[in-house]
Amino acid sequence: MIIAERKPVNEILDMVKDAKKILVLGCRGCVTVCSAGGEREVEILASLIRLGMKKQGKKIQVTEGTLVRQCDREYIDGIDQWKGKYDSIVSMACGVGVNFIANLRPTTIVYPAVNTSFFGGSAEQGVWTEQCAGCGDCVLHLTGGLCPISRCAKSLFNGPCGGSVDGRCEINPETECVWQLIHDRLGRINNQEAMNTIAPIRDWRTAGHGGPRKTLRDDLTL
Amino acid sequence: MSFTPNIQAFCCHYTSQQTIAEGKEGLKRDGMPENVTLNRLVCGGKLQVSTLLKAFEDGADGVYFVGCPPDECHNVKGSQRAAKKVAAVRQALIELSVEPERVEMFHLERGFHPEFVKAAQVMNKRITALGPCPFKGDSK
Ligand code: SF4
Ligand code: SF4
Repeated sequence: MIIAERKPVNEILDMVKDAKKILVLGCRGCVTVCSAGGEREVEILASLIRLGMKKQGKKIQVTEGTLVRQCDREYIDGIDQWKGKYDSIVSMACGVGVNFIANLRPTTIVYPAVNTSFFGGSAEQGVWTEQCAGCGDCVLHLTGGLCPISRCAKSLFNGPCGGSVDGRCEINPETECVWQLIHDRLGRINNQEAMNTIAPIRDWRTAGHGGPRKTLRDDLTL
Repeated sequence: MSFTPNIQAFCCHYTSQQTIAEGKEGLKRDGMPENVTLNRLVCGGKLQVSTLLKAFEDGADGVYFVGCPPDECHNVKGSQRAAKKVAAVRQALIELSVEPERVEMFHLERGFHPEFVKAAQVMNKRITALGPCPFKGDSK
């Protein structure tokens, strides 16, 4: 899922400093699962904004709402239910949600309440780790299922750099060297020879280096 | 001008058992400050950050939670969870430049009555000294 983290409250208060009525809008997708922007977090942020504004002696009307998703046209339409109740939206969805509101509501002011961080999973309660960088041309079949792009600090393709020590990454000793993990895992699954395959120079256009990406499925479009 | 703070105490079922049994008059006799309002939860694990924030929104000058000792919670981890929620509110107060001591966590043995009253007195003294909460419209 997409992992996000709420911005510091003062940064958000600064965005809405001139607003009179806002809609704090959560999303029931990824940001609910990673506890950054679901219903519960909407409640907390709305409270913090009201308290922060009150402390500054300002009045603000805060409406709370949560959509099933903010990355789908049909759900964005749901914003209509709060018509007239806001002059700007504070979106707690990932950046996709904020963009979707900006795309579909040309004159609506929308602010991001979270920092969208990475694609990851829940390693343990309250801890999320990056696992994929959305490169658009997956190589996990060559690396034992472990991603060298998102999990190697240098996104190396042909084995570890010279700084891998005791299974730890030279960039940050708290991080496991994914190439050590790939090596060990390929051994365990009897696929050691994959380590000898030289990965050719890669075409990074699929990774966004060729501009914004788009997926089109002929079997689904109407 | 004298100031009587509005203090909202949240507590779990177990830590407040004896206190509740005392009844209103009994509590008064024991020295429980009358301006401390008790809000009972079935367990510390039920406590939400938003509940504590709402208490401030509703005019509290100080807010605290009383839960079991961290490793002796009746429901295993309820009071540890509550302590995390209190810490999150503390952090939020710091970010908003409000005295973090306005929110506190107490870990008490289950049903220990004098200590329960003591916690209320500690908070009452502390918040009285701090004065009205800056979130309140009637303060500066
Ligand atoms: S190789 Fe690309 S698509 Fe596959 S996990 Fe890594 S970043 Fe994601
Ligand atoms: S130590 Fe391993 S993970 Fe770190 S940069 Fe080198 S190869 Fe990549």
